Amino acid sequence: MRDLDNKDLRGRSLLRFASPQVFYPVAGLLAPWFAGIAAVLTVIGLYIGFFVAPTDFQQGEVYRVIFIHVPAAWMSMLVYLVMAFWSAVGLVMNTRLSFMMARALAPTGAIFCFIALWTGALWGKPTWGTYWVWDARLTSQLLLLFLYLGYMALTEAIEDARRADRAGAIIALVGAINVPIIYFSVQWWNTLHQGASVSITKAPTMATTMLMGMLIMAIAAWAYTIAVAFWRVRPIILERERHTDWVGAELERLGSR
Amino acid sequence: MSGAGSAFAAVLRRDLTLAWRGRADVLVTLAFFVVVVCLFPFGVGAETNQLRAIGPGVLWVAALLSTLLSLHRLFAQDHADGTLEQLLLSPEPAALWVTAKIVAHWIVTGLPLVVVAPGLALLFDVERDALGVLTVSLALGTPILALIGAIGAALTLGLRGGGVLLALLVLPLYVPVLIFGAGAVDAVLGGMGASAHLLLLGGGLLGAVALAPFACAAALRIAVE
Repeated sequence: MRDLDNKDLRGRSLLRFASPQVFYPVAGLLAPWFAGIAAVLTVIGLYIGFFVAPTDFQQGEVYRVIFIHVPAAWMSMLVYLVMAFWSAVGLVMNTRLSFMMARALAPTGAIFCFIALWTGALWGKPTWGTYWVWDARLTSQLLLLFLYLGYMALTEAIEDARRADRAGAIIALVGAINVPIIYFSVQWWNTLHQGASVSITKAPTMATTMLMGMLIMAIAAWAYTIAVAFWRVRPIILERERHTDWVGAELERLGSR
Repeated sequence: MSGAGSAFAAVLRRDLTLAWRGRADVLVTLAFFVVVVCLFPFGVGAETNQLRAIGPGVLWVAALLSTLLSLHRLFAQDHADGTLEQLLLSPEPAALWVTAKIVAHWIVTGLPLVVVAPGLALLFDVERDALGVLTVSLALGTPILALIGAIGAALTLGLRGGGVLLALLVLPLYVPVLIFGAGAVDAVLGGMGASAHLLLLGGGLLGAVALAPFACAAALRIAVE
């Protein structure tokens, strides 16, 4: 791998970005752009959500929490899948960067999970009269948060980076297989015991502006996730590659700034 | 018997012998199960109808916790004395002897729970008809707990605070087993028949047998390298 000089790095294959050395500056370059997109879209989305979108004829103003709640819930599930995907890629292709991406994504997924639960509770109190019900969606979202916490706790508890990566990858994949099982089991448990309970799956037909606001917020959440993951992966790369020359040069540059 | 079969039998016999020599450890797990179950009436009140309602769930949660308590022993001793590395270096497929170890572990820790549970269920005044289903649900469910737990035990092998970490990793994955296991008993008590729950547990067991030993073997390789 010594002769992996600049000429090869500028090769046409997209796979060259799998090299931490190539990806590090790219992540640094792209992260502010995605952060900017996220900020602009959040402002637009929240403006639509809080000022343009009409008051819901059933729920009044309370429903407006969906502009944060629904994108957060979507992202929490998606980030876990992406994390499991990078873990699988890392285990199969033995690429270091994919493990680093998985670890950079986990805290963001956990935060979105927490936001979804929290905003859901705040919405539930005025709407259902309670902060929490053991509804299928809520319960499986809570268990997803535990899965994130387990992944992060495991990878943080193992000091050897190689073992931490691979152990985390296995638990991420086991979790990914279990998430649908958990979801359906919880759903069945709920319907068997309590009959038809409150469901947030059947949303009332939505006004176009509401949908617009929600989709814009969802895209903003995407951009935020990408920006934060890129930012978080950069120090991980530096730490893991600290034995290399280019990291030494980069640290010197950062130090002199 | 083929070579693979005899390797499986050898590991199984060895682990059972070791467990028999250290009987006290095994009895502690069983005692924990009994004590946890007996704590519930003190916590929620000894009103008969209420106890009858929570009985199956209490037994299942207690079974799950005592499984968790015993899991760290699955590989810890072999890891400490180097047996694990020898097993990993042996030509036998790792998933094979991992399965043997899990089977031995279940015979030692899971099977006693299955045997004791109906007696404890009587303390909660669970109906006679449901006792058989409770036993079957535990017999199908506790091996799944052992198989999933083995992955967690392998991942946390030799870590500081591994026990708590193991609980955090494994408990969310145990939820479906808990739901279907306790659900089977509740379904019988509700007059609905438990076959759907038991079939799902059986399917879960087959799936876990097929997949968990491989994940567990991979996790062990990572832990010792």
